[in-house]
Amino acid sequence: MPDPTPPAVTATPTVAGPELVQLLTPEGERLEHPDYAIDLTDDELFALYRDLVMVRRIDTEGFALTRQGELSLWASLQGQEAAQVGAGRALKPGDYAFPTYREHGVAYCKGVDPVTLLGLWRGVSQGGWDPHAGEFHLYTIVIGSQTLHATGFAMGIQRDGGDGACMAFFGDGASSQGDVNEAFVWASVFNAPMVFFCQNNQWAISEPLERQTRIPLYQRAQGFGFPGVRVDGNDVLAVLAVTRAALERAREGSGPTLIEAFTYRMGPHTTSDDPTRYRLSADVEAWKLKDPIERMKVYLARSGKADHDFFDQVEKEADDLAAHIRAGCLALEDPTPLSIFDNVYAEGSSLLDEERELMSSYLAGFAEGSHR
Amino acid sequence: MATVTLAKALNEGLRKTMENDPKVLVMGEDVGALGGVFRVTDGLQKDFGEDRVIDTPLAESGIIGTAVGLAIRGFRPVCEIQFDGFVFPAFDQIVSQVAKMHYRSGGHVKLPITIRIPYGGGIGAVEHHSESPESYFCHTPGLKVVTCSNPADAYWMIQQTVANDDPVVFFEPKRRYWDKADVEMTGTAPMPLWKARVARPGNDLTLIAYGPMVKVALDAAAAAAEEGKSIEVIDLRALSPIDWPVVEDSVRRTGRAVVVAEAPSYASLTSEVAARLQEKLFYSLEAPVLRVTGYNTPFPPSRVEEDYLPDLDRVLDAVDRSLEA
Repeated sequence: MPDPTPPAVTATPTVAGPELVQLLTPEGERLEHPDYAIDLTDDELFALYRDLVMVRRIDTEGFALTRQGELSLWASLQGQEAAQVGAGRALKPGDYAFPTYREHGVAYCKGVDPVTLLGLWRGVSQGGWDPHAGEFHLYTIVIGSQTLHATGFAMGIQRDGGDGACMAFFGDGASSQGDVNEAFVWASVFNAPMVFFCQNNQWAISEPLERQTRIPLYQRAQGFGFPGVRVDGNDVLAVLAVTRAALERAREGSGPTLIEAFTYRMGPHTTSDDPTRYRLSADVEAWKLKDPIERMKVYLARSGKADHDFFDQVEKEADDLAAHIRAGCLALEDPTPLSIFDNVYAEGSSLLDEERELMSSYLAGFAEGSHR
Repeated sequence: MATVTLAKALNEGLRKTMENDPKVLVMGEDVGALGGVFRVTDGLQKDFGEDRVIDTPLAESGIIGTAVGLAIRGFRPVCEIQFDGFVFPAFDQIVSQVAKMHYRSGGHVKLPITIRIPYGGGIGAVEHHSESPESYFCHTPGLKVVTCSNPADAYWMIQQTVANDDPVVFFEPKRRYWDKADVEMTGTAPMPLWKARVARPGNDLTLIAYGPMVKVALDAAAAAAEEGKSIEVIDLRALSPIDWPVVEDSVRRTGRAVVVAEAPSYASLTSEVAARLQEKLFYSLEAPVLRVTGYNTPFPPSRVEEDYLPDLDRVLDAVDRSLEA
């Protein structure tokens, strides 16, 4: 009788294999790659380091605010800073990003104030930012849905003469969704200017990668007719180089690319999760040695590009950002009861007009204008 | 004025929206060279090109999901779901994404998407080709739902729907695709999209119907007239939101109401109409509000569909029961 749960045939989670594109080793050693050269000024390198630190601080604050009861939930990105900063900084004006609910780092790169993100997690909004302002769409919580939105948007770029590209973020778990696979088909047959950016963080809540796939995820692209590449997701230089190339390829009309950023979710799925129930601390410890920020810091220090003053200055900026986030979070105002009727429709609805009036009359019956 | 079928009226309406607004796109399975399995998009790809009339891969979630992205980019997609029973692979995109995007974005993102769905039975089709899923969509805040019953409404309502800034599910009564009528195709729409229409005036009882059942209701009213009964027929047209003033004014006057639809009765649009009428008009009613609907079974094999679908006799039976109550 066949075994209903066959053994995994993928590489173990901590080993990516020789196809991994890497420009900066976990020890901070700079490598060259025949296909993905990158030449950055010192200022650009400093800016990337600064981004990494800021993004981790956003995450740390989001986590702390949840533990303190100020947010109802937080999806931590710890460990994925390089994947998100590398991808986020590869985007140019005119490029559009469709995130999951974990892309706080991409949001930061696109200029979305972290406090705005907190509105969702605090329960005062369901996003509410203007996606067009930062070319950064709302968070999408249903797994994989946004990959189709992104692909449609890219088809729109083809039709209105835009010169940008579109990038969809998703995870290893989402790679099993029908919508993601449909997005691959659409992007392929319409040759849409798309980059599919998969952060393979090895875990879909409690389910390991081998429950989603029996081949490396980047190889899925081949079956859909476009290239796939696996990049060290903890190496900001490699992610930047690979994503820039994929976006350029999309912009020039050569179609979609799947990028698998091989990384690790260092924290729980969200603040409601308990990863000790399903994974070994030894795995987490092994990935700590591949930390995306530490390797960049070592590289900058050893190469003599940056000194203590620089690192101290970045820490100071992170402290300022944290203070901004905390103050901004506490200042977020609860919506009014009647606001639940706002923006259900662009052109209104007679049914909701009636209901709003009913609720308004009901509330007016209380001495304080509310029953709370 | 032109004499056209309902399908041709939709075709002409779509053509006009595409001529008037270069952002209007048509997308779906077989909508291009074939012109759609019911020919509603006949000739559009030839005249507007493959970039605006898009034959999509065969995946309904993909059709709606990519339409969301196109709408965010500024287009007005008109999506065809080939048959009623094929909409469910797209249900998640419609209910979780399309319906909520404007709300979640605080009004920053409009999704002017039209989702066309041929629906209902009566054409002897195989399973999944005869269903009436409108209640699912009426139940979903953020969506609007309309249906046409005749060629003139088909011509004007499709244009009004595409011009609307909200996502609208547009149900097309497939058994009426071949019904012909004279349609005035010049000037402006004769009535707003969200208005119900008194299809036949009367004083003794109100028949409330929509889509394919309007003809059945009108036939029943004509038959009842021969027996001296004066039946008013209301064509709802808009299913979400319903134009309650028109419905309530009629029932307040007649005191009797029978609601007719092909869809199963349980937790349905007909439930909603009946509940609303007793809630608002309890003291004006002379008889219980009755419903004539499909049964609460899966849509049956076509050889017995006429036993499942409301017809003239079942409607007249309900009319008699109401008048005798």
